Amino acid sequence: MLAAFFFYLFATVCIGAAFMVVAAKNPVHAVLFLILAFFNAAGLFVLLGAEFLAMILVVVYVGAVLVLFLFVVMMLDIDFAELRAGFLRYLPVGAVVGLVLLVELVFILLAWVTAPDIAAQAPTPAAAQMSNTEALGRILYTRYVYLFQAAGLILLVAMVGAIVLTLHHKRYVRRQSIAEQVGRTREDSVELVEVESGRGLT
Amino acid sequence: MTIGLSHYLTVAAILFTLGIFGIFLNRKNVIVILMSIELMLLAVNINLVAFSAFQGDLVGQVFAMIVLTVAAAEAAIGLAIVVVYFRNRGTIDVAEIDLLKG
Repeated sequence: MLAAFFFYLFATVCIGAAFMVVAAKNPVHAVLFLILAFFNAAGLFVLLGAEFLAMILVVVYVGAVLVLFLFVVMMLDIDFAELRAGFLRYLPVGAVVGLVLLVELVFILLAWVTAPDIAAQAPTPAAAQMSNTEALGRILYTRYVYLFQAAGLILLVAMVGAIVLTLHHKRYVRRQSIAEQVGRTREDSVELVEVESGRGLT
Repeated sequence: MTIGLSHYLTVAAILFTLGIFGIFLNRKNVIVILMSIELMLLAVNINLVAFSAFQGDLVGQVFAMIVLTVAAAEAAIGLAIVVVYFRNRGTIDVAEIDLLKG
């Protein structure tokens, strides 16, 4: 009963927030609604017994990716009202495509059956026996270790790509050159001058 | 009343549809399009985790983790491109992004 109540709570808030992401006038509000949607999806994950993924969703997704969205939206000086100009014009076609897709998905839901002889690749251990995190770690670091490494490689490439794209050197900013600093000699930098008393250097 | 697999699949289907709807509705704003893609990936993740939970198979959760990784990488690269494009052109209107058209 309680689980059903929380399922409907999380699902309703999640879908409502997702709708507001699409419909919000202000993109900052859209990002905040997206954060709300992800929090409620994390709640759904907890209900499904996937605590680790729920925490990953909150920590990594909300904490890093969506905050990155928030920074970009706030940093770029964009006239968002102008970008919404065709909003109502695209509403009918968007609604039609969305409805068609939803109807197709509902058909799949109605006609869907599991293959009878399907066997679990990695059966979920009982909750009393092992936590979700431990069970996930046990298969992720053994059988799926190459997949794990590939995921790390994807993140590395994405990181390098993002830095290469956005880093740019301004020409008039003085930068430190270590080689020049180390290669400096006494002759380059110190000058001894005999100054006659009563007169300055001209 | 018990919550079954189809309940979760329905939520995911609605989320996915909202993502598609958002792409059509905000055709000019790249950032909202990226956010709609995030919504669609979230819907896919809910599907994967729901199947994983109801079939008693952990592989679905491993796969959901990979999807999360790819989604994070995609968001980072996409936002970097948006920032660079805005720096060069002063707009992120999708209709005006036609440099490669020649």
